Parts: sequence; C-alpha cells; structure tokens
Amino acid sequence: MEKFEKLTGVAAPLPLINVDTDMIIPKQFLKTIKRSGLGVNLFDEMRYDDNGNEKPDFVLNKPAYREAEILVAGDNFGCGSSREHAPWAIKDFGIKAIISTSFADIFFNNCFKNGILPIVLPKAQVDVLMKDAEKGANARITVDLEAQTVTSSDGEVFQFEVDPFRKHCLLNGLDDIGLTLEKAPAIQAFETRMTAERPWV
Amino acid sequence: MTAPKTLYDKIWDAHVAHEAEDGTCLLYIDRHLVHEVTSPQAFEGLRMAGRSVHAPEKTIAVPDHNVPTTPDRVNGITNEESRIQVEALDQNAKDFGINYYPVNDIRQGIVHIVGPEQGWTLPGMTVVCGDSHTATHGAFGSLAHGIGTSEVEHVLATQTLIQKKSKNMKVEITGKLRPGVTAKDITLSVIGATGTAGGTGYVIEYCGEAIRDLSMEGRMTVCNMAIEGGARAGLIAPDEKTFEYIKGRPHAPKGAELEAALAWWKTLYSDADAHWDKVITLKAEDIAPVVTWGTSPEDVLPITGKVPAPEDFEGGKVEAVRRSLDYMGLKPGTPLNEIAIDTVFIGSCTNGRIEDLRAAAEILKGKKIKDGIRAMVVPGSGLVRAQAEEEGLADIFIEAGFEWRLAGCSMCLAMNPDQLSPGERCAATSNRNFEGRQGRGGRTHLLSPAMAAAAAVTGHLTDVRELM
Ligand code: SF4
Repeated sequence: MEKFEKLTGVAAPLPLINVDTDMIIPKQFLKTIKRSGLGVNLFDEMRYDDNGNEKPDFVLNKPAYREAEILVAGDNFGCGSSREHAPWAIKDFGIKAIISTSFADIFFNNCFKNGILPIVLPKAQVDVLMKDAEKGANARITVDLEAQTVTSSDGEVFQFEVDPFRKHCLLNGLDDIGLTLEKAPAIQAFETRMTAERPWV
Repeated sequence: MTAPKTLYDKIWDAHVAHEAEDGTCLLYIDRHLVHEVTSPQAFEGLRMAGRSVHAPEKTIAVPDHNVPTTPDRVNGITNEESRIQVEALDQNAKDFGINYYPVNDIRQGIVHIVGPEQGWTLPGMTVVCGDSHTATHGAFGSLAHGIGTSEVEHVLATQTLIQKKSKNMKVEITGKLRPGVTAKDITLSVIGATGTAGGTGYVIEYCGEAIRDLSMEGRMTVCNMAIEGGARAGLIAPDEKTFEYIKGRPHAPKGAELEAALAWWKTLYSDADAHWDKVITLKAEDIAPVVTWGTSPEDVLPITGKVPAPEDFEGGKVEAVRRSLDYMGLKPGTPLNEIAIDTVFIGSCTNGRIEDLRAAAEILKGKKIKDGIRAMVVPGSGLVRAQAEEEGLADIFIEAGFEWRLAGCSMCLAMNPDQLSPGERCAATSNRNFEGRQGRGGRTHLLSPAMAAAAAVTGHLTDVRELM
C-alpha cells in the first residue's frame, strides 16, 4: 500500500449530506474484476448527463477542482453499500483525504485499506474548511498525518483524532494481511481451543 | 463474579484471537459468505501473494447480484460483464475449494437468505460478507456485519478481521404491533427515529415484546436494515424460535453436538444490568404501516401522512430534501396514499423470504393488479420459490398478474436486467431508496410486502389496512 504522510492540495467542496456509495460509484461500474480505472466514473450520475457529457456545474468538473486531492464533504459521507469500489474510485480520481463531520462505518474502514485518510472534525471546523474549499484552486489545504493536523489556506490549524494502529499502517504503507499473518500462532491456538469448546462451528 | 455483559460483549469476548495493547483485536470469523461482486479482487489478491484460503470449510459462496431472474438464465448470462463476474466466482470457488451454490442449483439465492436457510448461520457466531446487509444474520444472535473487499481478502487469508469494539445500543420495541403492521414497518420506523447516521459506531440489539413476537423471518427483516440506520450490526438474542428454525437444517449441528450448542446458545442474552451506551424505546402500538418518500431510508412516514416540505427540516437536510423531492418528482403536501406507481417489486434480502410472500399473497388472493402496472415477485432463494409453489402462493401471484421469477437480488439494485427506467416509480420491499439504486432516474418507495401488494392492486401507495 502507498504511504500517506503529508499532503498539500486543492480541496473540492461537496456540502451534500448522506452522500451514499451508490452516488460515489453507481452499481453499473461494479461489474469490473479489477481495482483500477474507476476514477472516470466517480460520482458518475452527478458528474455526467444522460448522454455522457460532463455537467459543468458539478464540482469536480469545474476547472478549479479537476486536480483536487482533498474532498470536504457533508455529514455521514459514504453511507450505504459496502462496495470498496467507492474508495477505489476516489483514489483513482486522485483524492487522498476526505474531511467531514462523520463517515459511515464500512466506508471509513475501506478508506484506510486503500491509503485514503478520512478525517473527522467538528461541524464548525468543517464549515471553515468548506468555505476555504469554495475559494477554488488557490486555496490549498494541508493535511499532516504525523502531526494529526489540517491547516486551512489561511493558516488556521485544526487537530484531528486518528486510531494509532491505522495511523501507523498508513504512515508506513503496511499491508494488513502481512501483519496479521505474523500472529498465526495466536490464530492457531484460538482454533485449537474452539475445536474443543465449540466443535459444531 | 464477572461484570454483567451485553449479548454483543459475550459474542465479542468469545472470538478475540489476539488483542494488541491499544485494544485492536483480531476477531476470529466463524462464517465467511461471499458473492460475485465484492470478491474477484480479493481472490486475485490471494493469487498474487501466493496465499490460500485459510478455512475453506467456513467459507460459503453464491452468485446473486448479477444473475438474471428469468427462466432463460439456464442458457447462460447474456450481459458479458455479469457473466465474467459470475464465472470468476465459479472458478474461484473451485480453485480454493469453498462451499458453493452455483446459479442453477435449487439452493442458489441471495447470500443472506441462503446462509440461514442452509444452517450456516448459528447463534453466537461471527459472520461476515463483503456486503452491507450481512447484518441480516444478527437475527440469530450472531455478530454479523459487512466488510470491504480488502477485508474479504484478509478474512480469506487469515479467518480473522482486525477490529475495534463498537458501542452498545439497545432498541426496545415494547408492546404488540397493530394489525397490518410488520417487521419492515418496525425497522423503517426505527431508522426514521434515529436517522441514517444514528447507529454509527454502535452495534444495535433489538429487544422487547414486539421483537420476541416476530418470526425468524421477521427478525431477519429487522436486522437486515440495521445498516440503513448506520449501525455496524443488528442483533436479536436467540430463543426457542431460533432453535426451532435451526434444527434439521443441512449445516446445523445434530445429536450431541446440537445439545452442546444449545447449552451455550442459551447463555447468549444481555445480562439484566449490562451497560448500554444508548437506549431507544418505541411503542409497538405507535408504529403504523410506513413508506419512504425521499432518497434516504430515514425519509419515512406513516402512509396516512403527506409529503413534507424542505422547510420542515433543519441544517443540511433542507437542501437534501429539496434535492430528493426534485429527484422523486413529488410536491410537498401531497398525501402519500395518492402517489401513483408503475412498478411493484417484492423480493430482496429484506423481504424475499417465505413469510413475506405469504403476507403479500394474503392481500392479493382473488384480486388483480391494476392495469398497466408491472409487478414482479422474486423469491430470495430457489428453495423459497419451491416452497411458495407448493403452498399455492405462486398461483395467487400469477393470477393477480405478477411475474413469478427465479431467485436473485433482482430489482433491489440495478446490476442485472431487472431495472427501472428514468422517472419510473416503484413500490419496493427492498432496503434502499438511493438515487439510481433501482436504475438510473428510477424512483423508489420502500414498504412492506403487504403494502407492496396493496399498491399493486390500487396502482398507488395504499394503506394496506383498507384492503384487509
Ligand atoms: S437483495 Fe439487495 S440488499 Fe440484499 S444482497 Fe442483494 S443487492 Fe444487496
């Protein structure tokens, strides 16, 4: 997995609440058997009209935000289905950090598995960053995972919480499976115990 | 004396294979369910790393999302991408030696219906699947939740999941339901009360008289939509009904093993003085047959209500409601029971079980659906379908004018040929009314099977109690 350390980039504002994974990547794109190439279909139904032409007023179609690397989003971002295609599409588009007041649980997990940092901040701070993002390409926001800070284009600094284990994995680009396999003896011991205690499983 | 525990605490404690200093746990997974959409990249990952499936005997796969539900599917799937995805699952199941129910097996169906039906889902287990509606299995008192594809790969490789414990929420439904009110109305009403983010960070345990009174099918309907309330999982403590449902199923324990299992299962309940981080109580008699009017499952009202106005809400919801009413083509103030529909879909892992088909058939008996309505019933599994045919339910549906389909996810999500066209309005027994969920531009109203049947008869959203 790619490491995430520090990022300074353009942030795209998406103030809608309850953005679900069907909006992020509609189901017709779930038929792929690969992880890559989904970026062009990110937010497909909001981004393109029925003929496949870009809708000019959708945020990621505006010249200022085409290269956005951060998304500032409304409450409860990523609700709905468990599809990891949602973070794959976000990553493939080039977005590496998402800031919101809250995220849906599975989506939040999926982000970390793909080197995307979801950041939860209080409403007032998200509002500041949303306004900042609305200024366009000149307003660059900085996310520093090591220091656990987000810095607005005006230099205002907000501290965020992150689970230490997840932070460690993201900073070092560690693969979960490899880490878990190091604990194979513990898993085996558990299985031996279970075969005796709950043989029907 | 050990401290009092919730059901969730008990199942959690029984599955921690390793705990790190910061509280991150490796949770052992008893059952891993797999479908064709969220698994190909995970199997590919295993192959690339030269890894095998750690416990193939605890892994169960079935194709459901992509499969057509028309009889001609025996000749193969025409849509090329869908066919490739299903074929990939066929191949992966074979290569990695996991339990498999292929498209043309009578036991095939929606993964969350097949698991319990085959006795794979048992009380006190941990159950995961690369699918958010895994919460369904919580009806058995098993800790069941959806995971992403990277986690699918993790479970395949290690039979564990890296987890941190969620908080405990108790949702109690006291008293008795009124006639015409069902499990679907309970679960939608809870989401209406808590909002789609109300359960974020929690595992919900549903309890109370109205929950105890539900059949296993009804309990699965309730837990199925825990995810729409934002919860990690929904749970219901197992009881005699649970044990009766399980006994005799192909993969359920038998004989002495069953006795041993029962002894443990009977300890699976929340202790009286256990700690809850949040408690919500609804009175069953206050719950009415409900429908959704918007594009979020929290947009729910009794059928006797009216379409609300954006100004009735606060904060970000004002804009969200404006957008959703525009998408739904609805005007504030319209009585919900005057909304005309053109499609009725009965099925999905929320309401595709035998009891759901019975409830719908009960309303349809001796009636015809309104002219011009497209209506379909899609049983949740081949076995549900066979049972419904045996009970004469299929004849009732067909005589009423419904299409009688083969098992699959069908119109719950538009990944197979069953889809809405732009602007089409559907009364659906599924679980999501998101924009485009049932087809680009399609408009979805979520409701119970009986309410869906009533809408099919009148051609508009209808209070089922008027037809009873
Ligand atoms: S029926 Fe619908 S919700 Fe259930 S598994 Fe299939 S697509 Fe998902």
